[in-house]
Amino acid sequence: MTDLEAIQLTNELLAEEFELELDQMKPEALFKEDLELDSLDAVDMVIVLEQAFNFKIKKDEAFKKIRSLGNLHDFVLDKKNEHPTAVSNT
Amino acid sequence: MYKVAITGIGIISVLGNTVDTVSSSLYKGQSGIVIDEDRVELGFESPLTGIINDFDPATRLSRKQRKTMTYHAIQAHAATLDALEMSGLQPEDWQNDQTGLIFGCDSSSIAAIEQVRILKEKGNTGLIGSGAVFRSMTSNVTMNLNMLLKTRGAAWSVSSACSSGGHAIGQAFTLISTGQQDRVICGGAQEINWESMCSFDGLGAFTSNTDAPAKACRPFDKNRDGLVPSGGAASIVLERYDHAKARGAHILGEVCGYGFSSDGEQLSNPSTTGLSIAGAKALKWAKIAPKDIDYVCAHATATPAGDSAEAANLRNLFEGCSPTISSTKSMTGHELWMSGASQVVYSTIMARDGFIAPNINLETLTPEAEGLHITPTTIERAPRSVLCNSAGFGGTNSCLVLKY
Repeated sequence: MTDLEAIQLTNELLAEEFELELDQMKPEALFKEDLELDSLDAVDMVIVLEQAFNFKIKKDEAFKKIRSLGNLHDFVLDKKNEHPTAVSNT
Repeated sequence: MYKVAITGIGIISVLGNTVDTVSSSLYKGQSGIVIDEDRVELGFESPLTGIINDFDPATRLSRKQRKTMTYHAIQAHAATLDALEMSGLQPEDWQNDQTGLIFGCDSSSIAAIEQVRILKEKGNTGLIGSGAVFRSMTSNVTMNLNMLLKTRGAAWSVSSACSSGGHAIGQAFTLISTGQQDRVICGGAQEINWESMCSFDGLGAFTSNTDAPAKACRPFDKNRDGLVPSGGAASIVLERYDHAKARGAHILGEVCGYGFSSDGEQLSNPSTTGLSIAGAKALKWAKIAPKDIDYVCAHATATPAGDSAEAANLRNLFEGCSPTISSTKSMTGHELWMSGASQVVYSTIMARDGFIAPNINLETLTPEAEGLHITPTTIERAPRSVLCNSAGFGGTNSCLVLKY
């Protein structure tokens, strides 16, 4: 999976899980202010990302610092590159 | 003490999903009971159930909003929006600490089952999802409605088995009467899935009369053999009468008395005195004599013991006179936690539309009810002073007096 494919998949997963429009999925979009997602939504975000990318997120301190979609993209790419053998389950 | 007005009603019922469709079903004596093929395959003693048709949970709520809501909470939300629309109240009227929410609800089965299944399959509580903890609580209805409507007063659920809805209305009425709240959105909600009913089915309390589902539920009939489980959600807007009048609201009726009691005897067999004690207290609060009640919306679920006990209680209370009586459960089945609230909605519909709904399937009156005026046919007269009975496992009784 290329970095671009990983970003597209992340956007699609979040759009489906939280009924967001793909045109809302801009890197500068803030989860709380722009996408209206809260800490409970973060729980479900972890589930869909872990299942799709086959890596663990929940206890990762870097995940807790994520504020924007762009932060999440960077996080996902870092995790993907840390675990190059992780295979998308989608 | 303040007078309490009914200014809005809403309902998602096996008789329909709007007040008008429910009114038509009540008037015609139509049943909402079917055979559930899943229950046949699963080995239920009785596969009969009430069924709600054409309800789309996504109509008024997003997926994110529904994530923390049970199906019956979603139905309660729909019924509440309808009730609020009927009341003419606006969000600025209810988004304050003088507006409360009280619903009757005594179970939430599906989330508990799902969370255990996911944990056993995945071995990780983190994969259960964020909504299950909220959906597994019996207060699911009020916690979600509170967040969605942004009321800031009372917000809790009453759990008292099949009188939950009745006590919820009674407590809402009490809070307004005593000036602790100006308005309360109240009601009852009941899940209808087979998972929540299988253990109850195992008690043998459900009717096995499967030949004609519409005729299966036979309250007060000599040949009744059990109840039919059912559900949905009923919502009522209660307000301080003087406030409702001042804002020019259309007042549908009044709640003017509430009485409660408990049998202190058996878990599943009601006493012959408890319900009538609650009824006498409700009449006393309302300052109405028994002879002035012209309709009783009975609890009668069509179990042999329950209907006999209610008949005895009605005799105690009315002492030789009998108002017109019917059990809407003959059409709806037993809406359990919701039933005490739905009876208020059904009675208010009857008053609004000028009829008393029939106790269908009453062919041969049970001997215990001799002398009680239980009507098997629709009566073309609006009820004016109504007693709503509800009773639950453990012997908890609720009686409400309504005036129209």
